[in-house]
Amino acid sequence: MKPASAPPARLPYQAALAAIVVVIALALPFFGTPYLIDVGTLVLVYVMLGLGLNIVVGYAGLLDLGYAAFFAIGAYTTAYFMVHYHMAFWPTLPIAAACTAASGVIIGTPTLRLRSDYLAIVTLGFGEIVRIAATNFNFTGGPEGIYGIPHARIGALIIRSTPSLYWLGMAFVIVILVGSANLARSRLGRAWLAIREDEAAAQAAGIYPVYFKLMAYVLGAIFAGAAGSFFAVKLTAINPSSFTFIQSVTILMVIVLGGRGSLPGVILGAAVIVVLPEALRAFDQVRMLTFGVGLVVLMLLRPQGLWPSRYGRIEQEAVARSEAEVAAGVAAGGASAAESAASRASS
Amino acid sequence: MEIALQQLVNGLTVGAFYALIALGYTMVYGIIRLINFAHGDVYAVGAFFGLSTYGLLALLHIDSPFLSTLLALVVSMCCTGLLGMVLYRVAYRPLLHARLSILISAIGASLTLEYALFLIYSPSFLVYPHLFGREGPTLAGIQVSWLQVLIFVSSIVLMAGLYTVVHRTKVGMAMRALAINQDAARLMGINVNRVISLTFFIGSTLASFAGVLTGLYYSQISFLMGFLIGLKAFTAAVLGGIGNIPGAVLGGFLLGVLESLAAGYYSSRWKDVVAFAVLIFILVVRPRGLLGERVVERM
Repeated sequence: MKPASAPPARLPYQAALAAIVVVIALALPFFGTPYLIDVGTLVLVYVMLGLGLNIVVGYAGLLDLGYAAFFAIGAYTTAYFMVHYHMAFWPTLPIAAACTAASGVIIGTPTLRLRSDYLAIVTLGFGEIVRIAATNFNFTGGPEGIYGIPHARIGALIIRSTPSLYWLGMAFVIVILVGSANLARSRLGRAWLAIREDEAAAQAAGIYPVYFKLMAYVLGAIFAGAAGSFFAVKLTAINPSSFTFIQSVTILMVIVLGGRGSLPGVILGAAVIVVLPEALRAFDQVRMLTFGVGLVVLMLLRPQGLWPSRYGRIEQEAVARSEAEVAAGVAAGGASAAESAASRASS
Repeated sequence: MEIALQQLVNGLTVGAFYALIALGYTMVYGIIRLINFAHGDVYAVGAFFGLSTYGLLALLHIDSPFLSTLLALVVSMCCTGLLGMVLYRVAYRPLLHARLSILISAIGASLTLEYALFLIYSPSFLVYPHLFGREGPTLAGIQVSWLQVLIFVSSIVLMAGLYTVVHRTKVGMAMRALAINQDAARLMGINVNRVISLTFFIGSTLASFAGVLTGLYYSQISFLMGFLIGLKAFTAAVLGGIGNIPGAVLGGFLLGVLESLAAGYYSSRWKDVVAFAVLIFILVVRPRGLLGERVVERM
């Protein structure tokens, strides 16, 4: 058995696609209409959210169905401090990070020891609690939310126009993207991978799963918080209807569509998730139905996503190879030739 | 005291709905370890099928409240049961061994059902026929409507029937065998797919029963009605111990009563928070639920 030495090369169409995406992303604010730039900014928001959730679901393999809660906490923190304490945008970022990290710890510590699908339910419940709380508390403005949020500014420059908001979003995305890529290659990233693949084996190798899972949870929460802060100054008005269960599912859809654990996949997924419904706006009525059917069909036909991570491919190829070897061994051991052909065909 | 008793009666009524839906969750989870996210929407579909049947019966001039309700229940339960089987066949069966994929497929199925109702019926609330008045017996100074009595008694009867099926019949034995070890059950000659299909059928009929009665009780239904109640019914199933039939019933009634008391004494706006807080609390301190057996983490 030969161990896989180097990651498989990128597929040629992927390089071309990546180049096209970069060109579009850079050219958009110069050549796009305000509407297109706005759609582009929304894509950036989902890229941020997708990258954050990717740490939790893609790297660490924990299913989070209430991720919009952290998005909400980030957005509300920034909005609250900017409106009620007249703070500038930038100082609210560390506060938002602290609040989301704290909420990640609070919900994560007791629940990360649970079975994975129980965790999904707890996070779902947490997401609903946050949304209902935001609807009912007075300081969050109730169902109307918080409005009149000031624009972000850099020195004398007020970030108000559509292209400048786009660039601000791009700056956020680049920071989060570089952060995610580095995290994946760090000791933390390797520990997450080990836990995701086999928690018991990881534990035997000296990795304390709860600590690393909690780190994934907290970092993912902070990224969502940053996305929320940006969302607040982008829209200048936020209300609980932006942070529903459907929002959490949409973010999950971004990374499932793109390919869990794959950074280009997340970007592609976010673009598809935002642009496709915009393109389908004429068929507004069937949009959600298409979305639901699309989820099921995607899972049935291409569970690994549109742009799966290279490590995912290595894994699949290794599994396929070892299955073929086992099948060959069985065939050599006296099983009928037809049976081995069948198992090779299926693997 | 009077408020407490009144809320207790309301809570038991709502609890009966939770319990009926929780049974579907708990049976499916017990057998294939899937949180069937679409189950709440199956319940909503049941309510809509019931409404259609009522409409059809009105056209045929069948006006007797009891006869039409009986027919609506039967028709809706059959159709919804078949829908449950189709759901299993299309969205779940090919993914039985991919845990994350099947969960996402379930979410997709849930959205599909919701928005199919949205398109086919109506984006807004629909009014259910008003067949039963508010009158009824007075117990210890508490007004109870006949509909509440009907809901409570009929769901208890159904649950007892389900318990008998699972514990006294051959099919029930096959279900329990599947829950313990699927491969061994297959080796013993159990047709695994047929038993799982049947489980989906039974779970969906119970949900549709609850759906029709909910329509009668609240007099209105909407395409999103299944989402929140589905989550809460799952909470109830976890509360009682997932995979455990008496546990789901106990959890359902308990959750209904707790929530009604919270609504009566504190504020109805926070009652959903109470339900989810109970869920998180139970999962943290006693993940196996009140009546559940100890489960080992399986990856």
